[in-house]
Amino acid sequence: MTSHRTDRAGLIDRTQPRNFTFDGKAYRGFEGDTLASALLANGVRVMGRSFKYHRPRGPWGAWVDDPNAIMTVTLDGRSFPNCPAATTPLVEDMQARAVNAWPSAAFDIKAGLDLFHRWLGAGFYYKTFMWPDWHLFEPMIRKMAGLGDISRDAPKNYTADQVHDHCEVLVIGGGAAGLACARAAAEAGRGVVLVDDHPIFGGGLHQSVQIEDRTPSEWIADQLAAIMGAGGRVLPTTTAFGVYDHGLVGLAEYGAFGTAPHLHRMRADRIVLATGALDRPVTFAGNDRPGVMAVDAACEYLARYGVLVGRRIALASNNSLADAAEAMLTQAGAKITRISPQDGAIRALGGKQLKGLAQGLRRHEVDTVLASGGLTPLVHLWRHAGGKLDWCAARQAFLPGAAPDGMVAIGAANGTFDLDQALSEARAIGAGNASDAAARTYSLTPLWPEPGDKGRQWIDFQHDVTLKDVELAARENYVSVEHLKRYTTLGMASDQGKTSNMAGLAAMAAIQDRPLPEVGTTTFRPPFVPVPFEMYHGHHGKQLWHPLKRLALEPQHRAAGAALGEYGGWLRPGWYGTGNRGDLIRREVLSARNAAGIFDASPLGKIEVMGPDAEDFVNFIYYNTIRTLKPGNIRYGFMLTEGGIVMDDGVIARLTENRFVISCSSGHVDSVREHLEAWRQDGNNPDRIFIHDLTQQWSTVTITGPKARDILAKLPLGLDLSAQAFPHMTVQETQREETPIRIARVSFTGDISYEISIRSSRASDLWDKVVAAGEPHGATPIGIEALSILRAEKGYIMVGKDTDGETMPHDLGITIPRLKKKPAYIGDRSLHSDKANLPDRKALVGLAVGDGDKVLPTGAHIVDGTLSRSLGYVTSSYDSPTLGHPVALGLLENGSARTGEIVSVWHMGETRQATVCAACFFDPEGERLHA
Amino acid sequence: MQIFPCPFCGPRNETEFHFAGELGKVRPDTGKEVNARDWATYLYAQRNEKGLVREVWLHLTCSELFVMERDSLTMDVRASKSLRGDAL
Ligand SMILES: [Zn+2]
Repeated sequence: MTSHRTDRAGLIDRTQPRNFTFDGKAYRGFEGDTLASALLANGVRVMGRSFKYHRPRGPWGAWVDDPNAIMTVTLDGRSFPNCPAATTPLVEDMQARAVNAWPSAAFDIKAGLDLFHRWLGAGFYYKTFMWPDWHLFEPMIRKMAGLGDISRDAPKNYTADQVHDHCEVLVIGGGAAGLACARAAAEAGRGVVLVDDHPIFGGGLHQSVQIEDRTPSEWIADQLAAIMGAGGRVLPTTTAFGVYDHGLVGLAEYGAFGTAPHLHRMRADRIVLATGALDRPVTFAGNDRPGVMAVDAACEYLARYGVLVGRRIALASNNSLADAAEAMLTQAGAKITRISPQDGAIRALGGKQLKGLAQGLRRHEVDTVLASGGLTPLVHLWRHAGGKLDWCAARQAFLPGAAPDGMVAIGAANGTFDLDQALSEARAIGAGNASDAAARTYSLTPLWPEPGDKGRQWIDFQHDVTLKDVELAARENYVSVEHLKRYTTLGMASDQGKTSNMAGLAAMAAIQDRPLPEVGTTTFRPPFVPVPFEMYHGHHGKQLWHPLKRLALEPQHRAAGAALGEYGGWLRPGWYGTGNRGDLIRREVLSARNAAGIFDASPLGKIEVMGPDAEDFVNFIYYNTIRTLKPGNIRYGFMLTEGGIVMDDGVIARLTENRFVISCSSGHVDSVREHLEAWRQDGNNPDRIFIHDLTQQWSTVTITGPKARDILAKLPLGLDLSAQAFPHMTVQETQREETPIRIARVSFTGDISYEISIRSSRASDLWDKVVAAGEPHGATPIGIEALSILRAEKGYIMVGKDTDGETMPHDLGITIPRLKKKPAYIGDRSLHSDKANLPDRKALVGLAVGDGDKVLPTGAHIVDGTLSRSLGYVTSSYDSPTLGHPVALGLLENGSARTGEIVSVWHMGETRQATVCAACFFDPEGERLHA
Repeated sequence: MQIFPCPFCGPRNETEFHFAGELGKVRPDTGKEVNARDWATYLYAQRNEKGLVREVWLHLTCSELFVMERDSLTMDVRASKSLRGDAL
């Protein structure tokens, strides 16, 4: 193959050769090349295979508009799928492979699919694979379809930095208009940021011979120097990929290949779109053949990379820009044949190799076809921001119409395709003036797809949508453009229809004989080009996304050999010691039942509610009556949603007449606090209620077990701990070394328990003393896993585990307030709805299995005899060390009436039997609790 | 990313806020008989208007509820003020 590199200097550095491979073959390019330009320079045209038919495809475009050349690029052992060859900078040692092609783009064994195209039209998948079940076909289809494979190893050090930024004027697009506008704005004293997605500014200017008596490179350098001299900033290789609510612009700033782009979240007072325009394809038979390319793309390959894409070129254009292209390509040594595609249907000849172009009976022996059906302004960002589009008949294009707040379009993006006019417009806008439209020289003959034409005419190159597919969609009444898009997948490829949308809309308009603007466009959505997901989260992973809450006693737990894990957002001891996890947990349970367990309960909520209206407020917040609670006493209760669903359970202590402490579940503290605040501020007098969340300020050490009282007695607190003086469900406040201490006698295990709370800074001293006092009694620290078993043995629930989004308090056996409580409370009316009164509600039950049986799996379904319906499910299930047999809790339809019934429990194809029993397996009379 | 003005903290990113309901929703007095229709309306019926809306929002970082007037179509934010005192 001969070299297509010309004498034209371009913007590459010929002193810096770059070696690379494509589909296993070695090639050489230069610094400044893209993968596509380097391959074209080497005479390689087939750079990929289409999505559906595996047709050979070469580049149509020279930049972001190319839908065809998509590659997996490996560099330094790391693979990056779906790199567009036209925008991927060439790096020494790159190994590129066409996606969707095996073994190579030039020879693809699936290309036989193309022979079946008659049966693979639009909607083929929908029609063919629905019977008997789509899922039978899905794996096979997924294997055949799709682009690059994702590497299983996440690349190391691929993390995006994120910047929040602001400027007065953001100019997007660094072509002639963008440069001139940014300079004018900067010189008018505005804080300017200019971005362009190319590594070298100038847009299409490099194709020019001169601009304002300077060479393009000189002129560009002048503008950049002036912008920066006036305090402006310029960001090359930076894509503005989306405009979001309230004018937020997402900028992806690319660095070296293989590194994650930086994300700039840019807020600009004013946004200037100078994003340019694209050549749109001409729809003709075989227009997808490698060697058919955009006119502007050929000019860009020559101007930027010194690559002449062909020697004998047919130039099929309907507009006035073709003259300059012809002159430029002729000067570089190409022989140009001008074709007027509007004068008669044309078709490409040849297969993988383009052999020529035919128009009617005339055949042109050419190796390349350059096509342009006119310019389409890049208005994506305009539409993201909510700007309107107006149809311009003279330019046969949608142009920016009514502007979104703070946004203006200039240059080719605004339909100003003539350079002189674009410059004066850009300078006027940059200086803050209105632009006066000058005469324009751009002209074109309308040229749109003609339904009924022969041959396969491609509209969406990447997704293999042809004119016939659009006709089929229209016949089947998918005529709205949004339906057309989804039925044919037109415009749904990774290029998001940059080249295909206009042709698709025009085809639909022609088929229905409607004016094109009446058909309308589909919605433009960010991102403008694919950007890595990584960029969106940046460093916000793991601890920087969801920081764990840390216990004041963490050093003590670590010293005691705790296995720390995340439980409800806290880093907590799951169990202590090394060895078999199950054995360690079992030993902790037994020590708590036989002597005592010492447990760090600090994450338990400690939300204080104070003030003259506090009593009414908590009485309203709780399902249970709190008004009758006396100071020094504690009550267990539920908080409900207005829908009557249990959202949290826990105890509330009344410390004094106007001061309560709500001890909600560890994992619900934030949501309960928010719930309380919302009701305090909206519906109550916020000056008479005060809510203070002290969960993190206080630590809590719990002693639970038959020896708990003896252990507590060893701490000189000066309290009478007898059951008469300090009964279950009471609270006492005292001091220890001038530090307030609160001791609540409540239990989450069924054994006598004391929760000792103290300022977190003093917690370690308390913990050490309690552990030391417990040691002679055989008490040990216990983790949350042991506690979960202890509470399940007793039938104490965990909201969200043993309840679901439909559980009401009477389903859990707490029925009195529903029947008796008079004052209003949250969720009250919902507890008397038809649904709340249904007899077959799921209620909490215990599930017993025979001694020696295995533990029931959590989540297993309780089913009726025919296995046709789920009646409920297992919510908590453990092998009880205390009782020596499994225990389980579950939610079961009409559960309380089923006591004694034997039910089937189904899990993963296996069915077992269990007996419904009361949801309490340990000390049902509560003798130990009240001891 | 929208910017909402907390009356206490100033303009902040929308991620700092939770929607807390449409303004003007009154809880039926459940101390008295409330029929099922009224209760269901209170629980589930949202006006969900297109255009100018008045809503209650919670600024998570300062825990204050406030009233915000905004356009549900254009996402324009017109005004915000404390929930106390006169509503907008
Ligand atoms: Zn605030």
